[in-house]
Amino acid sequence: MTVTGNKKAHLADKIATAVFWLGAILLVGSMLGLVGFVLYHGLRQISWHFLTAAPETIRAGGGIGPQLFNSFYLLVLSMTVAAPIGILAAIYLAEYSRPGFATEAIRFSIEALSSLPSIVVGLFGLLTFVVLTGWGYSLMAGAMALTVINLPLIVRVSEEAIRTVPRELKEGSMAVGATKWQTVWRVVLPSALPGILTGIIVASGRVFGEAAALLYTAGMSTPRLDFGMMWNPSHPASPLNPFRPAETLAVHIWKVNAEGLIPDLRQVGDGAAAVLILGVLGFNLAARALGRWLHRRMTAA
Amino acid sequence: MIRLGERRVAWDKWLLFTCAGLVVVLTGSIILFIAGKGVSTFVTNHASPVQFLFSTDWAPDRAVAEGGPGVGSLIFLAGSLAVSLLAVAVAVPVSLSAAIFATQVAPKLGQRILQPSLEILAGIPSVVYGWIGLTLLVPFIRLHFGGLGFSLLAGFLVLSVMITPTIFTVSVDSLRATPAELREGAYAMGSTRWQVVRRVLLPAARSGIITGVILGLSRAFGEALAVQMVIGNLRKLPSSLLAPMTTLTSAITMDMPYTIMGSLWNNALWSMALLLLLVSCAFIVGTRLIGRKEARV
Repeated sequence: MTVTGNKKAHLADKIATAVFWLGAILLVGSMLGLVGFVLYHGLRQISWHFLTAAPETIRAGGGIGPQLFNSFYLLVLSMTVAAPIGILAAIYLAEYSRPGFATEAIRFSIEALSSLPSIVVGLFGLLTFVVLTGWGYSLMAGAMALTVINLPLIVRVSEEAIRTVPRELKEGSMAVGATKWQTVWRVVLPSALPGILTGIIVASGRVFGEAAALLYTAGMSTPRLDFGMMWNPSHPASPLNPFRPAETLAVHIWKVNAEGLIPDLRQVGDGAAAVLILGVLGFNLAARALGRWLHRRMTAA
Repeated sequence: MIRLGERRVAWDKWLLFTCAGLVVVLTGSIILFIAGKGVSTFVTNHASPVQFLFSTDWAPDRAVAEGGPGVGSLIFLAGSLAVSLLAVAVAVPVSLSAAIFATQVAPKLGQRILQPSLEILAGIPSVVYGWIGLTLLVPFIRLHFGGLGFSLLAGFLVLSVMITPTIFTVSVDSLRATPAELREGAYAMGSTRWQVVRRVLLPAARSGIITGVILGLSRAFGEALAVQMVIGNLRKLPSSLLAPMTTLTSAITMDMPYTIMGSLWNNALWSMALLLLLVSCAFIVGTRLIGRKEARV
């Protein structure tokens, strides 16, 4: 009885182990399969011309130059707003806040914001940053919508990074007579910096590929850009003008597909998807490398 | 001197508090703005909320002579529910198995290969998921299962891959948080790994796993573009796995630019957005309640 019971238990255990392996293999396999699929079809579309040329509206042979530029510019604009606010909010939560209603409200808001569907963020952006401010479909409106998506991410990773700073470090600083702010600014923040930077780069990857929140904020078109006007941001054709509409790379994939006007739709989509994936992978690798490098430098010093 | 120092302390506290408070203000204004626009279907156009939620009569531009407009959104709501629940049904077993693999079977492989793989899956933008669905999955379904390929099946398969990293990560965290003594005690009594997992680990990590599932469901329910690209966007209740269908997010994405602000059709779209927002908030409240219950135990 016990022997058969044991046998049964061991058989069940073997089957279960096989299922666990299967789950793991399936996931690693899907990752490799999906990334491989996109890169296999996309890499051959990528050329200097594809990366720099403007898209065509009805003919084949267009590129993604302005869209690529818009994606990065939007990322920078959004990070300039979101990073300082997010880091300061994280310092508050990690070092200053006391349990209570206010802290509870802040934490709930961060969770609510981070699980908000991005299309809803886009619609909020349409009401406020596009219509209410009178900016229209613009980089600025898009950057603000991205900030809404970004902010909870940055607060979360920064708070985590700040919390890992050893107590002794803070106490040592306070013991030699530094104020709380001096301790935070000179001791806590520098040692939390690798974690914060890593988090910000990972968040950048997320934002780089965002599309739903941008359809109705940054818009689905890009004016003809004149890169000679680069340093004249008030000119409507200047790439740096923050109040011009801007279609990003991710939005571009969606738009060419929804419109279906260009004959080389498949090629452009494949190429753009590969560039997006490479961008996201690049951000992830950069975050890892930077984190490791900073960590080594700081522990060596 | 001392006073100056004190004043400086107060100043920094206020600056930091303002930044943190901004998050609350932002959340509040999102709710206010979307709700303000979303209720106009019921307040301005006098549509009934019950009809909005439970009727399939969607004809917001029908003339009064032909019976007047109808804003029943059940087709969209049912579509969203079907696609996200099926996605969860597929994603949960796979991500749970993988999470158990990463914590119990081969932690080293888990950390070196499985977790980075899932980080990459989590990083793939949703438009790219949509694009893969469109160029790989949809033709595959058309070829091997028939129909157009644009279908409920394509929709929930794409979503299931997208929400797997969320469920996996939260499950791994909660499995890791189970006390080692519990596990060791069970092993010491001669239990097999499967017995330990089923009788000890999964019950101990239950609330964490449920939280992960809710977060995954919430993400699936609110996902817009990836779903919109592969489900065919036909305004019909989902009848079979291979039939084209539509969702709330899909309707908003497709129709928002083609309807005039303030028209009934447009207002109904904002009501759908409000519905999305409320569901998303309800999910968060749900995870919080589970977390609080856990803390009390």
